[in-house]
Amino acid sequence: MSEPPFLEIRGLQAWYGESHVLHGVDIAMREGETITLLGRNGAGKTTTLRAIMGILRKREGTITLRGQDLIGLPLHRVAQAGLGYVPEERGIFASLTVEENLMLPPRVAPDGMTVEDIYRLFPNLHERRSSQGTKLSGGEQQMLAMARILRTGARILLLDEPTEGLAPVIIQRIGDVLTTLKQRGMTILLVEQNFRFARKVADRFYLMEDGRIVNSFAARDLDSHMGQLQDVLGV
Amino acid sequence: MSTIFGISAPALYGQILIGLINGSFYALLSLGLAVIFGLLRVINFAHGAQYMLGAFAAYLLLAYTGIGYWPALVVAPLLVGVTAVVVERTMLRRLYGLDPLYGLLLTFGLALIIEGAFRYWFGAAGKPYSPPPQLSGALNLGFMFLPIYRGWVVIASLVICLGTWLLIEKTRLGAYLRAATENATLVQAFGVDVPRLLTLTYGLGAALAGLAGVLAAPIYQVSPLMGSNLIIVVFAVVVVGGMGSILGAIVTGYMLGVLEGLTKVIYPEASSIVIFVVMAIVLLVRPAGLFGREE
Repeated sequence: MSEPPFLEIRGLQAWYGESHVLHGVDIAMREGETITLLGRNGAGKTTTLRAIMGILRKREGTITLRGQDLIGLPLHRVAQAGLGYVPEERGIFASLTVEENLMLPPRVAPDGMTVEDIYRLFPNLHERRSSQGTKLSGGEQQMLAMARILRTGARILLLDEPTEGLAPVIIQRIGDVLTTLKQRGMTILLVEQNFRFARKVADRFYLMEDGRIVNSFAARDLDSHMGQLQDVLGV
Repeated sequence: MSTIFGISAPALYGQILIGLINGSFYALLSLGLAVIFGLLRVINFAHGAQYMLGAFAAYLLLAYTGIGYWPALVVAPLLVGVTAVVVERTMLRRLYGLDPLYGLLLTFGLALIIEGAFRYWFGAAGKPYSPPPQLSGALNLGFMFLPIYRGWVVIASLVICLGTWLLIEKTRLGAYLRAATENATLVQAFGVDVPRLLTLTYGLGAALAGLAGVLAAPIYQVSPLMGSNLIIVVFAVVVVGGMGSILGAIVTGYMLGVLEGLTKVIYPEASSIVIFVVMAIVLLVRPAGLFGREE
């Protein structure tokens, strides 16, 4: 790994009120790479995404994108720097139509997908563009939550458990979308419990336990780490 | 003389008109309150004072600079909006995330200070402000005489309410506003400058109050306490319509204005409490208000 990392997180600590939940997380991502954070419930995966994005403000450490510091920025500047966030609860707005939800995040770079491209990729969203956002099925809401970030031209996608609670056929669709995004050069940080889904898309894995990264390895070395993985995930 | 259910027709029409006029001001003021409460979760007790400031701005512009009614319709709300922006930036902003009671106490205190200062400078008596010559006089509608200025107020307030509703429901800025009302953090995480949106919203809500003040100046006269007399009723309107509901504020404003007018004809003794009786009933039957969503 000779080239400098694209997104680098070093010694990241974070707190919810008084409770200290991240104890020094280090992650380095190259441009175009897909990384999956694995770990049990409560290991700090979602917190890591929220702290990187700046939604969780009580944090310490360094977060840099192409050497630019992100931790000192106000929340809305982080998206403008090129980070797109798809929360676990999807965050579809009930008072907005599907199309308004799609158009909500402002463009941050000129090379985002056009609305036509997005509707070609997600025909369901086009069909239901005038419906209330929260009237969509869970799978469609997940598609919408991802689609609205694709429009903005964000370079890095922070994706929190996209397959949670969805049917296998929808999970397959989400996998296809992620593959398309990888081909377009998107850098993806994925939090996922669905290990079988994650191994299809990830280039590398980071293993989390009690607010720390305990190991990281390339996808091709997965089999030799199965023992530790089962131990940490408790599967 | 013609009668309807034993009530003289001209008296009935007259009171319905007065009800519509009052309703116009209820709608304009509760609209601003609803927009502010929806996004900022601040119960803006300074709204009545901002309405009074709009009327005084029009009065002072005319008295000291000769700027008349038509330019004042734009300039006075702008002045009120700018003062509100300063208040939001320097004071209100520090109270977000705390109990809503703090915002209420701050704006209530500001209202007392502003109204007290104006009473000290100008006295409590109302100052006359004439309608512009184009809107003076009255129209004979056949069944009643309609003072042209009053007809203008009803139409202007309908247009302003409709315009504000369109701004919120149909534009990109409105979509930011609706989304931020649901989840401000996520909207900011998408790259929208939410702190600036909050400032603008407070300025817009206050400017609406200022605009209502200018419209009211020729009808009610300009006095330091004109806002505090009205604001209690307007809060009742907001509660009946549903806190934070834009459409609810508009429809309820006109509805309760007319209801109040009708009560004046049918049972005058009850006219000053009928709105509060409706509020009590709505709170018992539908605590979230007629148009409000349960949270």
